[in-house]
Amino acid sequence: MTETVPSYLSPTGQEIVFLLLGAVAVGSALLVVVTRQLVHAALWLVLCFGALAGCYLVLTAEFVAWVQVLIYVGAVVVLLLFGIMLTRAPIGRAADLDSGNKIVAAVVAIATAVVLVTVVVDGFRTAYAPLDSATGSAKELGSAVFRNWVLPFEALSVLLLAALIGAIVISRTDIRGRD
Amino acid sequence: MPEVLDVAVRLVVIVAAFLVLPLVAGQMEHKVMAHMQARLGPMYAGGFHGWAQLIADGVKFVQKEDVIPAAADRRVFGLAPGVALVPYLVVMVVIPVGPGLVGVDLDAGLFFVLAVMGIGVLGSIMAGWSSGNKYSLMGGMRSAAQLMSYELPLVLAASSVAMAAGTLSLPGIVEAWQWWWLPWQAIGGVVFFTAGLAELRRPPFDMPIADSEIIMGPMTEYAGIRFALFMLAEYAGIIVISALTSVLFLGGWHGPLLPGPVWMLLKVFALVFVVIWLRVSYPRLREDQLQKLAWAGLVPLALVQLALTGVVRVLAV
Repeated sequence: MTETVPSYLSPTGQEIVFLLLGAVAVGSALLVVVTRQLVHAALWLVLCFGALAGCYLVLTAEFVAWVQVLIYVGAVVVLLLFGIMLTRAPIGRAADLDSGNKIVAAVVAIATAVVLVTVVVDGFRTAYAPLDSATGSAKELGSAVFRNWVLPFEALSVLLLAALIGAIVISRTDIRGRD
Repeated sequence: MPEVLDVAVRLVVIVAAFLVLPLVAGQMEHKVMAHMQARLGPMYAGGFHGWAQLIADGVKFVQKEDVIPAAADRRVFGLAPGVALVPYLVVMVVIPVGPGLVGVDLDAGLFFVLAVMGIGVLGSIMAGWSSGNKYSLMGGMRSAAQLMSYELPLVLAASSVAMAAGTLSLPGIVEAWQWWWLPWQAIGGVVFFTAGLAELRRPPFDMPIADSEIIMGPMTEYAGIRFALFMLAEYAGIIVISALTSVLFLGGWHGPLLPGPVWMLLKVFALVFVVIWLRVSYPRLREDQLQKLAWAGLVPLALVQLALTGVVRVLAV
């Protein structure tokens, strides 16, 4: 990350595609929140995750992109849709999807975005990583995760395992808490 | 210029394969089922075993009125068949047929295939919800439940092969394949094929469609060309699952005497035959049996296979 920063005035094709995908991701994310139809929100989420996967792809992180699609579109959104369809899935606009807190929520969201963007821009202003296809390949990623980052990886595994056990304990009716 | 031509030829071949192979599989299903059940079906159109009936059916589907129920969500209803079909077309791009005969050799091709196939099921969920019909909705829910439980054994079984080959690229896996992988990866192969069938919602895993209780599940309200697209998606799915099983577990283009692509096609259509055979021989699994098979049967088996692969890999290399 020590290369000189190229000019922003003549963007490469990759940068343009990245920006367009970013616009799609942000736009569909907005629609997820704004739409008055519950199931449409979940479907816009599919587009949002897809655009995000496209962003990873442009950044040559192929493995991360496919895993994003596999986990988020193939599992998380399907789980969401299943949950919606199991409880209530009205066709057409639902009046109760509007929240009285929307102004506060918008302010919080914009404030968070401003903070994050400022931090990222401030922190990585001069950092520039050249894109070559080897850095995002499954092999590189695997050796990075299991050599340099194995401790955070294991910590996360333990966290997920704890959540998993918690879910089992909560969902099983024959396990009771101590009174 | 030669590169552009190369890409163009590959794309044309893949699109042609996508248009032809599912139809062959569909025709095969009609005929194999007819003969297994000792009934003939249409035998005269076109001459040999009534092959032209398929074309007549296609013409009929195109001519039919495009009906959208009043209570449906029109946009999602129209989009659903496309979402169901396109992923299988995209998957065909990375399936290797022979040495060097592949649309694109992706570094993480295996994960690409699994990820994109998961999207196909979204089409049936969308169809189920948008039809505005309670039977469709139940079908859509069952599709979602089925996808969630069978995705896990599918991915686990596939990762076992990736572990054995030491690569995620599909041509790379076939190149690394040796004959003794057949017994070594046998459990994984059975798990993968079964879970793949379940992901396609083929009998005996056709609880989402279950014509005797919820009419046609998510496809109940569809007619004409949209319905035909769903059928095409189903047959394309059969081809894709058979091709993936051959690539991952049966050695793809490896085989004596005959040239590689011929072996690949032979293996694919042998598996397609098995798919049809299973449909004719087994009754439908109930929803709870279906979930039990996935979580209590296939997932532990896939984990056993993963452990076996790991142990052999460590001891042998």
